[in-house]
Amino acid sequence: MNVLALFDRLRSPQRHRLILLIPLAVFILLLPLLFSSAYYYRVAALVFIFAIAALGLNLLMGFAGQVSLGHAGFMGIGAYAVTIGPTHLGIPPLFSFLLGAALSAVVAFLVGRPILRLKEHYLAVATLGFGVLVAIVFTNEAGWTGGPDGMTVPGLTLMDWSIRGAGAWYWIAAISFLLGAALALNLADSPTGRALRAIHDSEIAARVLGVDVAKKKLIVFVVSAVYASIAGSYFGLINGYITPDVSGFLRSIELVAMVVLGGMGSVIGSLVGAAVLVILPQALTVFHDYEHIVLGLIVMSVMIFLRRGIVPSLAAALGERRAK
Amino acid sequence: MAEFLQFIFSGLTVGAIYALVAIGFTLIYNASDVVNFAQGEFVMLGGMTTVFLGYAGVPLPLAAIAAVLVSTAIGLALYRFAIATAAGANAVTLIIITIGASIFLRGAAEVVFDKRFHTLPPLFGSDPIRVGGAAILPQSLIVFAGAAIIVVLLWAFIDRTLFGKAVIATSANRIAARLVGIDTRVIVAACFALSAAIGAIAGILITPITLTSYNAGTLLALKGFAAVMLGGIGSAAGAMVGGILLGLLEALAAGYLSASYKDAVALVVILCVLFVLPQGLFGKTKVERV
Amino acid sequence: MIVLSAEGLSVAFGGVRAADNVSFDVEPGIVFSIIGPNGAGKTTLFNVISGLCPPDDGRVWFYGENVTALAPEQLARRGLSRTFQNLQIFSHLTVIENVMVGRHRHEATGIIADLLHLPAVARQNRRTREAAAEALARVGLADLAQRPASGLAYGNLKRLEIARALASEPKVLLLDEPAAGCNPVERREIENIIRSIVGNGITVVLVEHDMRLVMNVSNRIHVLANGRTLAEGTAADVRSNLAVIEAYLGVHRTQETAGAVG
Repeated sequence: MNVLALFDRLRSPQRHRLILLIPLAVFILLLPLLFSSAYYYRVAALVFIFAIAALGLNLLMGFAGQVSLGHAGFMGIGAYAVTIGPTHLGIPPLFSFLLGAALSAVVAFLVGRPILRLKEHYLAVATLGFGVLVAIVFTNEAGWTGGPDGMTVPGLTLMDWSIRGAGAWYWIAAISFLLGAALALNLADSPTGRALRAIHDSEIAARVLGVDVAKKKLIVFVVSAVYASIAGSYFGLINGYITPDVSGFLRSIELVAMVVLGGMGSVIGSLVGAAVLVILPQALTVFHDYEHIVLGLIVMSVMIFLRRGIVPSLAAALGERRAK
Repeated sequence: MAEFLQFIFSGLTVGAIYALVAIGFTLIYNASDVVNFAQGEFVMLGGMTTVFLGYAGVPLPLAAIAAVLVSTAIGLALYRFAIATAAGANAVTLIIITIGASIFLRGAAEVVFDKRFHTLPPLFGSDPIRVGGAAILPQSLIVFAGAAIIVVLLWAFIDRTLFGKAVIATSANRIAARLVGIDTRVIVAACFALSAAIGAIAGILITPITLTSYNAGTLLALKGFAAVMLGGIGSAAGAMVGGILLGLLEALAAGYLSASYKDAVALVVILCVLFVLPQGLFGKTKVERV
Repeated sequence: MIVLSAEGLSVAFGGVRAADNVSFDVEPGIVFSIIGPNGAGKTTLFNVISGLCPPDDGRVWFYGENVTALAPEQLARRGLSRTFQNLQIFSHLTVIENVMVGRHRHEATGIIADLLHLPAVARQNRRTREAAAEALARVGLADLAQRPASGLAYGNLKRLEIARALASEPKVLLLDEPAAGCNPVERREIENIIRSIVGNGITVVLVEHDMRLVMNVSNRIHVLANGRTLAEGTAADVRSNLAVIEAYLGVHRTQETAGAVG
């Protein structure tokens, strides 16, 4: 688990968790003081929403050392669940949200079994194919999904409260991320977490020690799919409208970029990566047309020069300076 | 029957293009172990560059040549700035780099060109030739001929020239090739250049039939990869057979099952091959030494 | 009672016969060593026994059960553990975390409990950490527990692998060249570790090049060359069989063996 070097001498993993979560909670509480309009709340909410998805993917890539280039597919399932459920099936949004997560878990379980037997670039392409397949289904089944033009997402009402404003979504997304981070940190300090990190380094040694590698990979794949699904549902609800792009190839690559840029295996890294990739297009609204050029450059640069990620690189740099 | 023949013709046509994309993939993969996801972009660039140069007043034959040169240059740049700099990265990292490159090129095409569909005039007119109750476009024949010529030329180059032998050596064992004095960087760069050129030509040939647009590259790359997987990664003959087979499967599925899921065929093929027959039709099973 | 038995094991890679009709029986609580020149097929045998590589022919018996077709994780659950010649350290983990993974088969929590860090998980973590610390102490690495495993010296990494394998509380431990690349001081430490392991009732099967180590700790020695069994017996037997061995291992090796024994 990559924690800032300042805290690497702490023996108790319990303290690791608090050292990370408390400042994060404080940050979440205080951040709105900087917001001068609903726009900021909205951007921040989007950052946390994507951070949730990136965190899930990080469990798969950073911990277990696998790769998924199709994870936006699960975001799509979550997003379309909260759309199709109320609109076509009369299921209340909250329930649809839970069903979406459950459906993502089931799909991940079914797809994960064969797919995770693959390694490296085969796994990469297979997951890529899966993601694009999901997007194609959403694009084609216009009767359910509104086709390529998408459809409106009905608002979320919680016991007569209509959850509409960007403000509400900021708190929902940020607190969800906090919870997701707590769960991820718990996982790191658990038998499953240690087994996953072991698998990352040597599947053979893990198996020889009794780890059911295939089962563990599947478990983390399902968990990461649920994270993505939750993020996808939030995304649909905050926007009020979704298109099949939510589960598209570009979206999946963005998620990977967030994970790698922030730092594989780093909880805070997921937030940092999401922040960069969500805020940058906002900051470059003038250059909206150049969005893909920028994304492509970011992906290439990160993978060539900054594979370690921002947070671990910072941590290492700080650690070196302290050592001097 | 006529319908069936129709599907066969269109399947073979687009299959020839997939075969060319797959051959481009294989050239690069064999020489450098890189799965070049930007391969589809080379095809897109061939067509789009020709089209826009044509709009700018350049005579089409010259525009086509220029487009191939542009694509080749971009292929070399991709190698020099993205692949060579990431020397020693693992397979997944390299794939993601090429995906980043493909997104970059697609974004650039979006800006330099536009987001609409474009076409080129077919070489010998658009009156279909009737064969057995089905219609085949003259351009399809151009596509077949073009693909065949490229394959033959490529084979001659690889098999008959010294440089080609160096490519074979590099593909077989990069370290050994270096030890006998082959500059593998030049070889790999040449493979990128060749693949880009082949892709561009394929793009120019097919645009009169399928039209082109800035985002045509992504699906083409996936389909080219499906063809490679089907034929067995690393096998040039497999790439060709895989491409044609995929084209046929796609056309038949689109015709008899569902037209809107045409693109999904390649993806299903990828998944099936990876799950059931990972070495493809012609590949060798890997023996892993522990 | 035979705890581990190889019955006619044969493995071929391409045209190379890595193991050719190899058979042996291992009795409980002894150190059983497999020796032979490089390429004799020793690691291949280990890979077959530990379930990483299926044999083309033959069977493996573990405590009377035919385990030939079992996967490594299933063998681990039955009490078979091993170390690796080429070190398979979990480099992203700390030293003690490496050993804690060795406790995996004795841990029993599910994904939900792990995600929520229920009290049961915290209790289990504590027990695992204690057992891991104990295993580290047994190989003399206790003071390096919190270090990242990737930063350790080679000799310490070899001991780390042993500690990790011990943490799983095996009945039979396969050690794949534990003294490879070690200096005489480290080798003597490994010898002591092996003796203490056997002292605790664990059967050790050893693949090793270092003749001194082999002669010093082994109860039985099985000699392989070109994948085939050459000889088997006590250290004394092997010593007196030197003439036969010399034909295959070469005079230099024979002298080295004699020197180790003398």
